[in-house]
Amino acid sequence: MSSATPLLRVEHAGVRYVLRGGGFFAPPRTLDALTDVSIAIPEGGRLGVVGESGSGKSTLARVVLGLVRANSGRVLWEGHVVDYDDAGTMRALRRGMQVVFQDPFGSLDPRMTAGQAVGEALQALAGPVPSVAAQDRIRAALSEVGLGAAFANRYPHELSGGQCQRVAIARATVARPRLLVCDEAVSALDVSVQAQIVNLLHELSERHQMSLLFISHNLAVVRHLCEDVAVLCQGRVVEQGSRDAIFGSPQVQYTRDLLAAVPEPDPALQRARIAAARVQT
Amino acid sequence: MTADALLQVRDLEVDFSTSQGTVNAVAGVAFDVRAGECVAVVGESGSGKTQVLMACLGLLAANGSAQGSVTFAGRELIGAGEQALNTVRGTGIGLLSQDPLSALTPHLRIETLLTEGLLDRGLASRTEARERALRALRDVEIPDPESRLRQYPHELSGGMRQRVALAVALMCSPRLLFADEPTTALDVSVQARVLELLARVRDRGLGVLIVTHDLGVVAGLADRVVVMYAGRIVETATTADLLAMPRHPYTAALLAAVPRLHGAAQARLVGIPGDPPQPAERPPGCAFAARCDFADEHCAQRRPELQQDPYRVAAVACHRPLRAGTEHA
Repeated sequence: MSSATPLLRVEHAGVRYVLRGGGFFAPPRTLDALTDVSIAIPEGGRLGVVGESGSGKSTLARVVLGLVRANSGRVLWEGHVVDYDDAGTMRALRRGMQVVFQDPFGSLDPRMTAGQAVGEALQALAGPVPSVAAQDRIRAALSEVGLGAAFANRYPHELSGGQCQRVAIARATVARPRLLVCDEAVSALDVSVQAQIVNLLHELSERHQMSLLFISHNLAVVRHLCEDVAVLCQGRVVEQGSRDAIFGSPQVQYTRDLLAAVPEPDPALQRARIAAARVQT
Repeated sequence: MTADALLQVRDLEVDFSTSQGTVNAVAGVAFDVRAGECVAVVGESGSGKTQVLMACLGLLAANGSAQGSVTFAGRELIGAGEQALNTVRGTGIGLLSQDPLSALTPHLRIETLLTEGLLDRGLASRTEARERALRALRDVEIPDPESRLRQYPHELSGGMRQRVALAVALMCSPRLLFADEPTTALDVSVQARVLELLARVRDRGLGVLIVTHDLGVVAGLADRVVVMYAGRIVETATTADLLAMPRHPYTAALLAAVPRLHGAAQARLVGIPGDPPQPAERPPGCAFAARCDFADEHCAQRRPELQQDPYRVAAVACHRPLRAGTEHA
């Protein structure tokens, strides 16, 4: 956090999808998934991006990772504009940023053990590593996410959802990325496991000064993990600020609506909310 | 109190026969659901909560078997034949499942999905069924229901699919609704609407049995909560009592794991360390003992029975239950 240049900066990013349909001569219909989105994450910082389904959260993550090309705007990594078409840049960038997806079973190869999955990522990102050293690093990566040595030989179907997500995190962090993109990484988990994974991400981020771009629809989780928050609505950033500002005094009605929708185990609070929802509709 | 129970579950056991022998998934589960009441069954993945619902509807996997008693409106469902069960499924008990996309047959139009239950049972004529389908879509606040009837499930958003699935579950006017993790796959704002619709279903006088892992979901909707761990009930209480003063350490831990919008934004959430024991590896004593902050040797050896609380409509299965106002040493 010492350097003034943020690790990652997205400037005025816009993404427009061309939709199929319409007649042969009709102009193609388009959908603006992102419009003029700008965010910045300092070294070691944690930014939460929240919004409903279809608000463009995942598209933003994909633009950062280079899985979707922005039609306008640019992405800066350590102050330099990223050229997503340059193979050399992309190799370096993949070492610098990694991703954890929502579905832990879907993102692991069912034919690979946890150790093989982590080893594959290590080989791909850190280049050829002597096999003894590689085994040590795989073991270290698994133990860092709370999985003992016995887990290295297990296949995804032998693991619970939370354990699979730990393997996915170990795989993403084994080559020490500086930014971890988490796309709804805890949304599919039970609350008790979700809490473990949120704590794990927090620890890894603190210990290795690893930045997080944390995409979620659950504002309560974001409040526990992230220092800064950006609220997306229909592809635009409608509000952006520190955790205290967004949760303490939200300025935009959309943010207030999102906050009001979070279920909390407080009967009085929930009843009042349901009653309020009833008056509205 | 039990006389007017719509659903009465007693000593329910569910076993699965596997290549490693018989595995017990649910043991000694008992609770009631009355008309106009919402009961929530809460637990982590693998606690057996979904198997309770499946056993009630006779929908266990082929290697599963249920013992004990489940009566719906006085009729025994455990061991009942397919024909008898089919008079209860849909018309007596509606089912809303977790994943609306796999619950709605993909190649059928919304109209067919809504009306087939009525038409197959001969409960309505085609025009009558269509009228009721339109009304059902309006009830779940689907805009422009006429054009929705012609659409396919994949053309709807996730939140709309779940509302259509709710409309389908209610088409044959059941008296009881089973909702299995109805909001887990949805984002928060859609979740809030589905919960509101379920509250309305309950207020219309239906019994609602909801299964979830999220105590936040339970708070505004359920009247009573049944907490399950490793196939057994560990605590039951009214929602207000349970959330204000959980007695079982597991309930307290589940509650502490829910991320909050209010109170201090502490950096660490309180997770429950470790995983629940596999069904085949459950200890002789309390199944939660290995993960419990308060357990002693006694806990791991002898299983605590579910004890009725003398002062509340509540029960807890714990040797060392938490007490209000006193911190455990």
